[in-house]
Parts: sequence; structure tokens; C-alpha cells
Amino acid sequence: MSAVYITGVGSISSQKTFDNTEFLREILTYTDNVISVVNPNYKEYIPPAAARRMAKGIKMGVVASRIALKDANIENVDAIITGTGMGCVRDSEKFVSAIIDNDEQYLTPTSFIQSTHNTVGGQIALGLQCKGYNFTYVHASVSFESALLDAQLQLENNEVDTILIGGVDEHGDHTITIHKLINHIKLEKTKSTNVLDSKTEGAIFGEGANFFVVSNKKQDSSYAEVIAVQTYNTLSETEVSHAAQLFLKDNGLAIDDIDAIVLGNNGDVKYDTFYNELSLNLFKETQQIYYKHLCGEFNTASSFGVWLASKILKTQELPEVVKLNKKSISNFTTILLYNQYRGENHSFTLLRKC
Amino acid sequence: MEVLKQELKENIIEQLNLEDIAVEDIADDDILFGDGLGLDSIDALELIVMLDKNYGIKLTDPKEGREIFASIEVMAKYISEHRTK
Repeated sequence: MSAVYITGVGSISSQKTFDNTEFLREILTYTDNVISVVNPNYKEYIPPAAARRMAKGIKMGVVASRIALKDANIENVDAIITGTGMGCVRDSEKFVSAIIDNDEQYLTPTSFIQSTHNTVGGQIALGLQCKGYNFTYVHASVSFESALLDAQLQLENNEVDTILIGGVDEHGDHTITIHKLINHIKLEKTKSTNVLDSKTEGAIFGEGANFFVVSNKKQDSSYAEVIAVQTYNTLSETEVSHAAQLFLKDNGLAIDDIDAIVLGNNGDVKYDTFYNELSLNLFKETQQIYYKHLCGEFNTASSFGVWLASKILKTQELPEVVKLNKKSISNFTTILLYNQYRGENHSFTLLRKC
Repeated sequence: MEVLKQELKENIIEQLNLEDIAVEDIADDDILFGDGLGLDSIDALELIVMLDKNYGIKLTDPKEGREIFASIEVMAKYISEHRTK
């Protein structure tokens, strides 16, 4: 079986992560309960004629994928695998609203055509003229991990050599309103960097696109090796520690082998307890890292976690702003990531320095 | 007629998301499809719906669209002659 390497990354988030020459040098803080991405100049990447029908999520996905390809120094891939929890929700809202507002009359095609979940993957393929395998996983907060797992299986078995994978989600006005009504979004505007101290229910919602070139060929510029991915749709709080131990054991590792754990804490007092199971017990002596104060919560926010872990493994730098505790680690070799959303759809991902 | 032309230009820019184009950039006799403004068949569908919704004009024969959507000038003339609202 071949190994799987991350050879290029591209990130569009609420930080200026689209610039791969920097690594969280300047941190943007927000006081809100919904945060948006810092937009790159989309026109540099997408011709105006193509861009005019693209909603924000499509533009984010297309541009993040271009940045990842450039970073990997390649122009095309054998396959494209996308993960998204909500797909092109803005266009979905647009055409459904048009149906209601116009009493099912006067319906136009554009927003409907662009509203499907696989539009991002399709548009990336059209732009690259990539006629290979193209698949989109819509598995709530394990959508990105499902894409990663698919890529890992194909690369390990040498079915293809290079795959573009990514997680992308945009927020839409109506969806935000609904999530506020059901308290999935914090009622109060919260300073993003203090979100873990909020002690209230709900999260600060965000959006973003994080794409990666993964390959079974190691390059000098590779970021990390993907060791394993494991997802669970259901896992109780009391089972998290056991699942983590089992995951490590299956990969021939013990707690002490983990140099850092990247946790998906989002400041929701009701569900951060899942992370506490690991951070207060098994991994209390491990360097703990968090990131959702930088990108917000969304179904594919964990792809930002993978971006962060990849950068740490490549640069061996750990920005102060992501430290959940203070440990003196000088060499990052193996990083474990754990994520869940509202107690469901858990994922463990293991990355190792190349 | 001038008011209608202005309205058509504004609606076309908004509904077809012509982000980099202003009303002043569209001349009354500019060709809208192909080499002109660069509109395509999906835009034609959007314009057919716009005629129905805003002016009560139902185009049943798509071939009619080719002639009616030639330019703002031609569109405005057709709308003013056939509009029901």
C-alpha cells in the first residue's frame, strides 16, 4: 500500500489564509455571532463571464483549489473529491424563495442549476478540464473527512496518483436566521478570541473553503503524511476517550506518541464537554490546539483544522493564538485531530511529519 | 421609451449578475448575445422570464427571442408594443 501525502494547501477563511507565504501572522478578531471569510481577489482566478453565475461558496472552492494546486506546483489532478455540509445554500435559498414569493411562477434557471451540492466540484473540474473521478460527500460535519477517506483509499491502492480534496461551506441569510432561532448560533455577539470562555450555548458560525492536493508521491515540499481517518456518526461522551485510544492503537500509537491534539472546541457549553473528555484526561499532558475561534463553526470547519495541522507539521511553528494549553514542544511529528458537531458526526484524523 | 430602455439595462445587469458592467456601458444598439454583451442561452431563459414577470409578455416560440433580444432598442420597441402590464 502506498502512503498518502498532503502536497499542497489552499485556504479561504475568516483569516488571511489565502496567502500561502504567511502562516497566521496577523490575526483578525471579530465580535459577532456569525463571521464571514476574508475574500481574496476572485477576479485574479476566475474569468468574469464564469464568475457572474457563481455564488460565494463556488468562488471560494474554485479559488482555494487553485491556490492548493499552485502550492503543489501542479496544473491538474486525477480526481476531485469535495466535502460540503450545506452545499450551495445561497442559491438554494434564492430559488426556493423565488418559488414562494412568485407563487410558483416566473422561475429562472440559474440559481437552481447552481444550487446543487456538487456544483463546487463540477465548477473546479470545468475550470481544470479534469474529466476524472468527481465526487461530493454531504455528510454533515464529517463531509470533509469522508472526502479525505475516499482519497486515502484510492491513493493507497494506487488507483490514481494525485487527488484534489476539499471542504467548503458558505452561509446563507435564511439558514443563519433558522440556526439563530434554534439557538445553534450564540444569541449574543461574542469576541471570537474569547469564544471558549463564553459559557453559553451555540457557536459562532463561519464559512470557508480549505482544499488540499493529496498524492501517493512524496515531494520535498510535502506538508504531512495522512496516516488514518476514522469517522463515527454516533458516539456518546463516555465513549470518546475509548474511541481515541482504539484509533491510536489501530495505528500502532500510544498517547505519548502524540505531539499535539487539534480539537474542534467552538465554545458551545453544551457540546464542548466532548472535547473536555480528551483535554482534561487522556491528553492533559499533550499540547492542545484549537482553531474555531479563527474560522467559526461550519460543517467543514474541520478542514481548517487539517490545514492548521499541515502548516504546523511543515513549518514546525505553533502560533500562540491556537494554543489551548502551554507545553514546550520543540518537534511536531505526529498530530491527532478530533472533531464533532453537537455531539454527532465525530472524526479522528492522524497526520505525521514527512 | 427612454425610461423603459434605462429600466431594461438596470434589470439585465442585476438579474444576469453583470458585475463589471454599468448602465452607461450598454448602448441602445449593442448586440446582447454572442460577440456583443456576451449573453448566452441561459441568459435568454432569464430574459424570457423577465418579460413575462415584468411586462406580461409570454414568448412561446424560443426563436422569437433571437429577434426580440437583439439589442436594448429592439427589446424596448417590442415590449412597448406588446406589454400587458
